Amino acid sequence: MEVNDNDLALAAAGGDGAAFASLLARQYDRLFSLCVRLMGGRAEAEDLCQDICAALPAKLAGYRGQSKITTWLYRVAVNAAHDKRRRQATRSRAADGWGDWEKARMASNSETHARVDWLTAAMTRLPDDLRDTLALVLDEVSHAEAGQILDISEGTVSWRISEAKKRLKAMKEEEEAL
Amino acid sequence: MTSKDDFDLDALKGAQDAYAAPDPQVRQEHLRLAQENFTALQGSRNEPRHSSETAQKGFWNGAKTMLNAMTTRGGLTATTALVACGFLVLTPSGQSLWRGAVPIAAGDLVPVDTAPPQQPEADTERQLVAPADGRTDAAQLREAAVGPELSGTVAPSAPPNPATFNSTAQASPQAEPEAVAPASELEMSLADSGLSYAVEAPQARPRVAQNNIVEPLIAPARAAPMPEAMVIGQGTLGGVATDDGFAATSAAPNTEAFANEPSSPLQITAETPVSTFSIDVDTASYAVVRSSIMAGQLPPPEAVRIEEMINYFPYDYAAPEPGDAPFLPTINVFETPWNSDTQLLHIALQGTMPEVENRPPLNLVFLIDTSGSMSSADKLPLLVQSFRLMLDQLRPEDEVAIVEYAGSAGLVLPPTPASDRTAITRALASLGAGGSTNGQGGLEQAYAIANQMAEDGEVGRVLLATDGDFNVGLSGIDELTAFIEKKRETGVYLSVLGFGRGNLDDATMQALAQNGNGIAAHIDTLAEAQKVLVDQLTGALFTIAGDVKIQVEFNPAMVVEYRLIGYETRALRREDFNNDAVDAGELGAGHSVTAIYEITPTDSPARLTDPLRYGTDEAAAEGSTELGFLRLRYKAPGEDVSQLIEVPIAQDLARSTIDREAQFAAAIAGFGQLLRGSTYLGDWGWDEAIELAAQNRGADPFGYRNEAVQIMRLSRSLSGN
Repeated sequence: MEVNDNDLALAAAGGDGAAFASLLARQYDRLFSLCVRLMGGRAEAEDLCQDICAALPAKLAGYRGQSKITTWLYRVAVNAAHDKRRRQATRSRAADGWGDWEKARMASNSETHARVDWLTAAMTRLPDDLRDTLALVLDEVSHAEAGQILDISEGTVSWRISEAKKRLKAMKEEEEAL
Repeated sequence: MTSKDDFDLDALKGAQDAYAAPDPQVRQEHLRLAQENFTALQGSRNEPRHSSETAQKGFWNGAKTMLNAMTTRGGLTATTALVACGFLVLTPSGQSLWRGAVPIAAGDLVPVDTAPPQQPEADTERQLVAPADGRTDAAQLREAAVGPELSGTVAPSAPPNPATFNSTAQASPQAEPEAVAPASELEMSLADSGLSYAVEAPQARPRVAQNNIVEPLIAPARAAPMPEAMVIGQGTLGGVATDDGFAATSAAPNTEAFANEPSSPLQITAETPVSTFSIDVDTASYAVVRSSIMAGQLPPPEAVRIEEMINYFPYDYAAPEPGDAPFLPTINVFETPWNSDTQLLHIALQGTMPEVENRPPLNLVFLIDTSGSMSSADKLPLLVQSFRLMLDQLRPEDEVAIVEYAGSAGLVLPPTPASDRTAITRALASLGAGGSTNGQGGLEQAYAIANQMAEDGEVGRVLLATDGDFNVGLSGIDELTAFIEKKRETGVYLSVLGFGRGNLDDATMQALAQNGNGIAAHIDTLAEAQKVLVDQLTGALFTIAGDVKIQVEFNPAMVVEYRLIGYETRALRREDFNNDAVDAGELGAGHSVTAIYEITPTDSPARLTDPLRYGTDEAAAEGSTELGFLRLRYKAPGEDVSQLIEVPIAQDLARSTIDREAQFAAAIAGFGQLLRGSTYLGDWGWDEAIELAAQNRGADPFGYRNEAVQIMRLSRSLSGN
């Protein structure tokens, strides 16, 4: 018998520290793996997860149980990932002017990511919308729920997944052909 | 999905899952960060309280309560009346109907007024519940009959209050002049007629409707999430279920540790005819089990020590005659509730209750853990309340000292006569949680004070109260128990009271209490404090028999197999029984101890093991029809040499009448085994356990057994059966 996560979330929103601890401990692992899938690397995922965890108490205070807590939490995560990517993009544009030094630094950064598994690496090459959708579905989110999180229809989710698979398959074949 | 056939996403996902697993350190760091922010966000919000929930006061709650409490019939009347009222006041046709003062319309109006009296704004809640003027419907019906005859613009209504009447009347621009202008005149005439009426100002109506009806209807929707969250907050306070283990009560990671052993296995009489164990009068396990279940979570099996659950309850066993041994054994044999082919051997020891009036003076040292983890409501505040309860039980000649230990151990209250209630209460109130734990320093100081207080003929006790986060300092648990063992030689015993959950170090607390010759109790509610520190204080603090050991030798001719239920942590070796140097449990004044064996008679189809083909198991005691032989050893207080009691366990006990006390103990034994997931129960489950316990509740003057039945019922629901 378990206390329902939504009940925990409502209790936490009401100020129950134990409920909050419990809730986050239960959800953390899935949240983290979602962050990895969204960001394409552990280091970035850890950064993102830290941001989410730090901001979560304040955000959760506004949770009123309108949607499932997992839906709510994943929406927070996906939005945070978008913000982070946007900032990264700005930064890398800014880095353009820094010349070789910064490029070398970034290259060495990406080398440390070399042990990333194929799927995580390949997902970074997908367009953002496909990548987000696939990340959620890989994190055991149903198509219907993914639709709610991304605010799109369930059919669109299914289409995006099949599209993402098509592209991944193409990438794989391309690599194998080399 | 056409590409799926030769593109195996699942295999790739496996690799990704492995890669995407969080690093435990990072995970912990993030959780800590989140918790810090959470705590910071709460600011001055209070911790959830232990006491029962107080309803929030206020208009919305009142309105909500009212709407909830309203019966269907009342609700229907009110809502119908509302619609009628709105129709009459808001629509032109309604107004014309109303102005025309058709008797039927006026009659329709009456029930409206019973629901929303139109005294504006003030105190709507009270008025909605009961008509303000307190008149009956009949009276109002009479008015309704009279009303139309008076004037077209005067409608029967509630308020007898002239002030309200005036303001309502004057605030209505559309009211007919003759009704409004001579307000005082109208008042007079109303007073004369002995009935009170109000001018029903059309403008006032909608406002009334808005104040009294419309908003309350919205209010529950708005107010709902908050009370819901509150209730959950209360409900989950004791412990919140987590996937990976057990209830976390505090924000800190759960570090509970329980002392237990695997269930005693089935023994074959031919191989091991003798079973030896020490008594156990602790009750901590039952309280821990209860607090878990009350928090909506089955306890982890290792938290369940069946003997402590059985011994939690007072039993009405035969007490020894004065002058006899300090306790009297009672033996029952009856059919096992969960297996009709085996029997339960029920051994009860009832301790004598010495005259309380003549008890020696008591020197108590409260050793109180005031480390930071003690701050939650079910720890230090409950502890202080509990000790206050206990003060009433002390006598003027008793002495109390208080030592606290946190970052450093310190004497809070030097030895003070119990009669000086003010000083003791003030010292208790001054305790505040903070800092880390220095358990050993505290213990040493407590013992030093106890020795200092000791005088001949007095009883010295250290009462350690902790949440179990017991930092044993540099020396480790073994040195600490050795220290306590040495100190118990001086006659100062140590009892341990556990508080709160979350970092309950049950294992350490058990070790301390067992070695300190005291009891270990877990105090989760004030009611439990009442039981341990008030009702059973004498037993908890005055020992009547020390090192009580039980040994049962079974007769292989009569009993092929046996199994001791519980007492796993109290097992002794066979040779320890006669060795007076081996420590065992103490029996307190008036305490009782129950031990239950499940025994399988020879030729029973329930026999689980096959007889040995080459064995000679039944050669030994042919001729004897005794089931076995019970030996008890104990030391009188202050003595070093044990005394022996021997009682044969006769077979004809099996035909003795069914004993209610023994049956209840059996029900609790079954309950404990269910919680531990025992494999010996067969189809016997929660329903049977509950029925057995409920049937044998007996007089139950304190309600403990009733509570047990409630907890069993709750466990049944929690276990999903």
